[in-house]
Formats: sequence, structure tokens, C-alpha cells
Amino acid sequence: MTSPAELPITGNGDVVLVRQQVRATAVEVGLSLVDQTKVVTAASELARNALVYAGGGRARIEIVHNGARSGLRLTFSDDGPGIPDIEQALTDGWTTGGGLGLGLSGSRRLVDEFDLRSAPGEGTLVTVTKWAR
Amino acid sequence: MTVHADAGRRRIEELLRDHEERILKRWLESASGGPADRSDLAGRLRDVYHALRDSLESGDTSDLRGLLADLSRSRAREGHSPTATAVAVFGVKEAVYEIVEADGGAEALRGFIWFTKIVDDLGLFTFETYAAAREKIIIDQAEQLLELSTPVVKLWEGIVAVPLVGTLDSARTQVVMEKLLQTLVDTGSEHAVIDITGVPAVDTQVAQHLLKTVVAARLMGAECVISGIRPQIAHTIVTLGIEFGDIVTKASLADALAHALRRSGVEIDSGRRTRIAVRAEEV
Repeated sequence: MTSPAELPITGNGDVVLVRQQVRATAVEVGLSLVDQTKVVTAASELARNALVYAGGGRARIEIVHNGARSGLRLTFSDDGPGIPDIEQALTDGWTTGGGLGLGLSGSRRLVDEFDLRSAPGEGTLVTVTKWAR
Repeated sequence: MTVHADAGRRRIEELLRDHEERILKRWLESASGGPADRSDLAGRLRDVYHALRDSLESGDTSDLRGLLADLSRSRAREGHSPTATAVAVFGVKEAVYEIVEADGGAEALRGFIWFTKIVDDLGLFTFETYAAAREKIIIDQAEQLLELSTPVVKLWEGIVAVPLVGTLDSARTQVVMEKLLQTLVDTGSEHAVIDITGVPAVDTQVAQHLLKTVVAARLMGAECVISGIRPQIAHTIVTLGIEFGDIVTKASLADALAHALRRSGVEIDSGRRTRIAVRAEEV
């Protein structure tokens, strides 16, 4: 198992880097092409969220194991303003940034496990996991 | 101690002055990669050598550092490795040591220790400059890549296509959209195909940009078809919950072209001999 990779997110270029790194790791874990694309897209959404709403953050990419199954776990953290109403933020079509409002809710559907922790003024921590089938 | 050190220092300065030609010759031999490299490097090393001697006497290293920065930047551009660049600088130690050994005096040896410390610092400095120069080259290349304009190609009379490759960010989409709309006007085309085969991932931002482009083209009276939707992309778009509404999407550029041709009244007969019959639309 490779050690987890930590990537900073400070600009659009970093979102691309995160995407490439996630894709490389997804291939390593053995995710199918569809699942690779899904997890890469989720990573893209979450990294961009950190950039747009918090002005930047960090991405952590690691390989996890559960019995015989391997998976890819991504953790996105930022020190931004936080999310006051998490349920609302996870509603399709809800956006405060002028996007489609599907980034967060869509990402939740793209992965197997989704955990969002946030409070106003305390930043946001999103952990997602995709298991290889 | 300081008296000794000063004496050593003075001795080295003397040696550097008295044996300039010999040191330079030896330095050039160890620093240059080959005969072609030598003539250019000889002049540069001589300049550096003089600046080094001046800086030893005056204690002001700004001229010297400027010259070394130039040297390592040009070596970086010419494709020399960072090691080779630093070794080129360290080479002066070897050249001076020969003179010191020939001199054999304790003062010269003591001075040589002091001298190597200075050269080590300078070597590290060139290394840093080299890395900075390489980074600059990489940043320039990244910008050039971004500037690579996306071509809008004419597929048929009245049908244009935009093959999108790579990452779609806001700045690039803006360029693509402007170009597409302008081409629609210039060519009087009524059909546009946006091909996303080369786009690795379609997230909500990319989708939003695509949707806006299609709507803008529609406002100008043109119909857009999005092609190049691979299975994994289709899967992801559905899961994300993005809806393309009534926008026509196709799996391949060929399908999209066939669709656009049908819509503009061109019939393709795929017999043994391919014939293309253009039917005038009734008005």
C-alpha cells in the first residue's frame, strides 16, 4: 500500500492535479473505467468546492482496505466559512455560487461512502470512499 | 586565528591573481561538456573568475551572483542537468587546489578551506537559480498549452465542429464559445457539433459551460449537437444528475455529422459506390 498523498488546492491548476492523481490511484486500486470516471468527477467537484467556497484547501488521497476489498478514500478539507445548513447544501439544484447545484449532491451519488462535516466558521471536511468491485 | 585566516585569505587572493591563466584553463577543462561548449563557456568562466576575485577582495557578491545566475539560466535552457551546472562551478576548486598544492604553504592550505566554503555557497546558489529557471520554463509551457486555441472546423456546408481536448475551465470555455459563435456568423452555419471525446471528465462545471454554449448558439439560430459521449461519461452524467434537456447528444462525431446532415437535408446513400445526393428543401 502506498502512503497517502496530500495535495494542496489553491488554484484551478491544482484541481487538475488532484484529478490526475485520483485517476492514477483509482487505476492502481483496480476500479473499473466507469468507477474511475465517477470518482475522478466527484474529486473534481469537491476540490472545486473547496476552491470556490473556501478559497482553497487540501486533498488527501489514500488506498484503504476492508477485508479483501480495496478502495480509494479521498478527504477534502478547508478552513472556509463552513456550511450552515448541510441538508440544504445536499439538495439537488441548491447553489450559492452560480453553479448547477449538483456538485455536492451529485458527488454523494457518485461514491459509495460520503461523509460531510461542517459548521459555520469551522471549515468543511468531506470524506468519500469508492470500493473496487 | 583571525590573523592566520586573514593571511590564508590573502595568500589565496595572491594565487588567484598570479595563476589566472592556468586556473582558468584547468577549470574550463573540468567544466565544459565538449569542444562545442568550450568557446562559449570560456568567456563566461573568465567573467565569473574576475567577478569572483573582485568579490573576494571587496566582499560584495552581487556582480558575481548576477553572472552565475545568467550562467545557470542559460545552462538550464540548453538542457544541461542541474548537477552538470553545479559541477561546472565546483570545478574551480579543483583548479585552484592544484595551484595550492604546488604552493605547498600552510597559509595557502588554510586559505583554500575558506575558499572552498565560498565556492560551495556559490554552487548551491547556481543550483537554486537553475531550479528557478526550470520552473519558469515549465510555467511558460503551461501557459502556451492553455493558449493553444481550439479550432472550429467546417465539416460540411452549414455544419461546423469544435473538437474539445483536455480540461475545460472558464477561461477556455469562453474562448471556445466566442470562436464558435463567430464562426457560426462568418460561415452562416446552422449546425454546430461540439465533440467532447477528448475531455477526460465531465463534471458540473464543464456541463454548465457546455449548456451555456449550446444556449448561446441557439439564440443565434444554430442547432448544437454534443458528440463524443463515452459510456463512462454517460454513466457519470446520469449519476451526477445533470440534465441535458432537449439537447441532441451522440456517441460519436460520425453520428453527430450524420444527424446534422439529415437535419440540413443531405441524404447519404451508402451503396457500393458512395453517392451523396443533395436535396433542395422545399420552401
